[in-house]
Amino acid sequence: MLELINIGFDVEEDGVKKTILNDINLKIDEGFIALTGPNGGGKSTLAKIIAGIYTATRGQILFNGQDITNLSITQRAQMGISFAFQQPVRFKGITVKDLISMAKGKDISVSEACGYLSEVGLCAKDYINREINASLSGGELKRIEIATVMARGTSLSIFDEPEAGIDLWSFNNLIKVFENMRDKIGGSIMIISHQERILNIADKIIVIADGKVSKIGNKNEILPELLFSSGSVCKTLTDKL
Amino acid sequence: MDALQKNLLSEVADLHEIPSGAYNIRTNGAAMGRNSTENIQIISKEDKPGIDIIIKPGTKNESVHIPVVISESGLKDLVYNDFYIGDDSDVLVIAGCGIHNTGDKESSHDGIHTFHIGKNARLRYVEKHYGVGDGNGENVMNPTTVIEIDEGGSMEMETTQIKGIDSTIRDTSATLKAGASLVVKEKIMTHGRQKAETNFIVNLDGEDSSAHLVSRSVAKENSYQVFKSEVNGNAKCMSHTECDAIIMDEASVSAIPEVTANHIDAQLIHEAAIGKIAGEQLMKLMTLGLSEKEAEEQIVNGFLK
Repeated sequence: MLELINIGFDVEEDGVKKTILNDINLKIDEGFIALTGPNGGGKSTLAKIIAGIYTATRGQILFNGQDITNLSITQRAQMGISFAFQQPVRFKGITVKDLISMAKGKDISVSEACGYLSEVGLCAKDYINREINASLSGGELKRIEIATVMARGTSLSIFDEPEAGIDLWSFNNLIKVFENMRDKIGGSIMIISHQERILNIADKIIVIADGKVSKIGNKNEILPELLFSSGSVCKTLTDKL
Repeated sequence: MDALQKNLLSEVADLHEIPSGAYNIRTNGAAMGRNSTENIQIISKEDKPGIDIIIKPGTKNESVHIPVVISESGLKDLVYNDFYIGDDSDVLVIAGCGIHNTGDKESSHDGIHTFHIGKNARLRYVEKHYGVGDGNGENVMNPTTVIEIDEGGSMEMETTQIKGIDSTIRDTSATLKAGASLVVKEKIMTHGRQKAETNFIVNLDGEDSSAHLVSRSVAKENSYQVFKSEVNGNAKCMSHTECDAIIMDEASVSAIPEVTANHIDAQLIHEAAIGKIAGEQLMKLMTLGLSEKEAEEQIVNGFLK
């Protein structure tokens, strides 16, 4: 379904070229893929390259056999790629109902909205007419963000740290949300996460570190190593952990 | 009324036919229809063009429609309307002006509305300005609103100008007595070479009076907008002014706030933000499958909703 061939991404900082991602080669067919690894390793950048938010400096992306390397965000979205932002965007005046309607591609009824919002633990009645602005908490915005991706029901859904900012109750339910999504939609779900419980339900775990794929495997292969290795962290820090 | 005038009427007043209750419809500078009710009297002024709208004290849940439509190119209409909102009443006034100018002369409507709001009375005032035209004639509207709110009274004013007005100067001034409150919500969108100027002067004279002014505007293409507000806190009072503008293309927007506290317990806040549509907002909507243009439209529509 998704194939990344020699993907690289460079940025320029103060006139100096910095490589964020290099030689990323991945083939993804599984239902549930987790991307993990240290902060600053390039996970979010890679997810944004897949969604078209960033354009890769090198390499090629194939989606369902079609080369999408040069396609826009909109074209990729229309082909079936969804992306849930780590920090959901706020809008003045646009309501929860408006946003889910846009995600769905048509005006939705209150009961349809209820279907999506209740999945993420929100009561449609209380939220449907709320504006997606600063009056909503970070956790609420995050849940609405997940609901919009659910409403799209595309063949590839990417979530950038969906658990960040979500309280414990929601976190327990979040796992169920992803499981339900996989059963209902039947597509692939790619989640960037540091949470063991999310990694635990993944069919495949990909570890990204220093801009490269450092490990790929199932949870039995990856989790023990991840949990006990301190990687390149300095001694002062490991002593404190 | 012809089809064109009916269309203007539905744009500015959401009216599809003659309304029930009190109304005064003015077309091309002349009264076209009027109805007074038991509690609401509409009387022509004798010394100048315009009407007096007198609402009896204690009138509740009644409304007055006073739309104006101009379909004659080159017409310059000036009208003085005075509203007397009786003590303890609770009413809705819907005004609006639509201009259809297909000629090459300037059509204009200058409405001077004065509101005398009685003690503990509540008024909701909605006005909409709309212009269309395929000629080269300019559509000009200069609404002036003068508001006096007596003790405990309140007014909520919604004013919208979304399309087709080439030039506008909107002056609103208000004086509030003890416990009075004023809420103004203004929405403006300009495009082409349009100019829109908004001037607010609010005097909070009475103890515990309050004002909340919110202006949301979108300036597209080569249009120009200026938002000036002057709030004077002359007693223990509160005010919040918010000017929020989206700027696009080659447009330009100025926000000029002035707040003056003449009393130790006056709390006056002014916020102004002008900027283009945030890139991340466009991107978010594009990840939902919208094109950049569609995303822009949705953001602007939401902002002005």
